[in-house]
Amino acid sequence: MSAGKIDPMEQFKVEPVLGGHLNLFGYDVSFTNSALFMVVVFMLLAVFMAGGLKRQLVPGRWQVAAEDAVSFIDNMVTVNIGSGGKKFAPYIFSLFFFILFANLVGVLPLAILPGLHTFAVTSHITVTAVLAFLSFGIVLVVGFATHGLKFFSLFVPHGAPAWLMPVIIPVEFVSFMVRPFSLGLRLFVAMTAGHILLEVFGSFVVQGLNAGGPLGGVVSLLSFAMIVGVSALELLVCAIQAYVFALLTSLYLHDAVHLH
Amino acid sequence: MTDLGAMYIGAGLAAIGVGLAALGVGNVFGSFLEGALRNPGAADGQQGRLFIGFAASELLGLIAFVVAILILFVVK
Repeated sequence: MSAGKIDPMEQFKVEPVLGGHLNLFGYDVSFTNSALFMVVVFMLLAVFMAGGLKRQLVPGRWQVAAEDAVSFIDNMVTVNIGSGGKKFAPYIFSLFFFILFANLVGVLPLAILPGLHTFAVTSHITVTAVLAFLSFGIVLVVGFATHGLKFFSLFVPHGAPAWLMPVIIPVEFVSFMVRPFSLGLRLFVAMTAGHILLEVFGSFVVQGLNAGGPLGGVVSLLSFAMIVGVSALELLVCAIQAYVFALLTSLYLHDAVHLH
Repeated sequence: MTDLGAMYIGAGLAAIGVGLAALGVGNVFGSFLEGALRNPGAADGQQGRLFIGFAASELLGLIAFVVAILILFVVK
C-alpha cells in the first residue's frame, strides 16, 4: 500500500504471545494470540455455563440466561432437523456459542488501553474452515451411517423428470461439495470486512487529528461517529453470522438424517 | 496506465458486486417485511427461511469482497 497509511490488515497478524517461536518436528507450535483468545472464549463460555448450572427451583437471572440459551438451541434443532435431531443439540450449541463469543470478544473496544488488543479468532479462514469441515464431516458420517449408499439419492430431487437427470445430478453434487467452503468463507469474510472497516475509520480519526485545523476536526468527529455506528452494526453481524452458521449446519444435518 | 493503477481499478470494479449484493439482501428483508405485515401470525415461523435467504444472497457480496481483497493484497 502507498504513502505510509495505517495498514488495515495488521490487526489480523498471528504471532506468539509468550516468548519466541517454538518448533516441534519442523512445525511452528508456539502459543499465539489466536490460541490465547480461543482459550479466553472457552473460559468465558465455561464460566457462563457453570454459573447457570445451579439447578435452583426458583432460578436466578444467571440461571434463566443459561436456560434460555439451551432452549434456544434446542428449539432450533427441533424445528430444523426434526425427529432424531436432539442428539446434535450439544454440537450445535458448542458451535453457536463458540462463534458468538469469539465474534463478540473480537469487537470489544479494549484497544484504547495500551498494549491490549483483542483478536477476532473467527477472522481467520483457518479457524472457520476447520469448523465448517467438522460440520461437513459430521453430515457425511451421519448420512452414510444411517442410509448407507442410499445417501447418494440426496442428489436426485423428488419429482424431477428423468431426462433432466444428466444436468441436475452434477449441479446438486457441486452444490453439496461447495457447502463447507461457503460456510467457512461467509463467517471469515463477514468478520474480516467489519474489522477492516473499523480500522479504516479509526485511521481517518487519527489522520484528521494529525492534519489539524477545523476541517481535520470535522473529519475526525464524523469518522468517530461512524465508528460508533459501525460497531453497533458489527454486534448485529456477530450474532447473525453465528446464528446463520448454526442454522445452516442444522439444515445440512437434516439432509443427512432425513434425505430431503 | 501503470500496473498498480490497473490493479486499483480492477479492485474497484470487483467492489461493485458488494453493492449489488446489498440490493439482494434488501430485497430479501423487504419482501419478508411485506409478507409479515400482511400476515403477522405466520411471520415468526418463517424466520429460519428469512436467514437462509439472507445468507445465500449475502455470500455473493462477500465473494465479491474477497475478489477485491485478493486483487489488492495477494496479486503482485
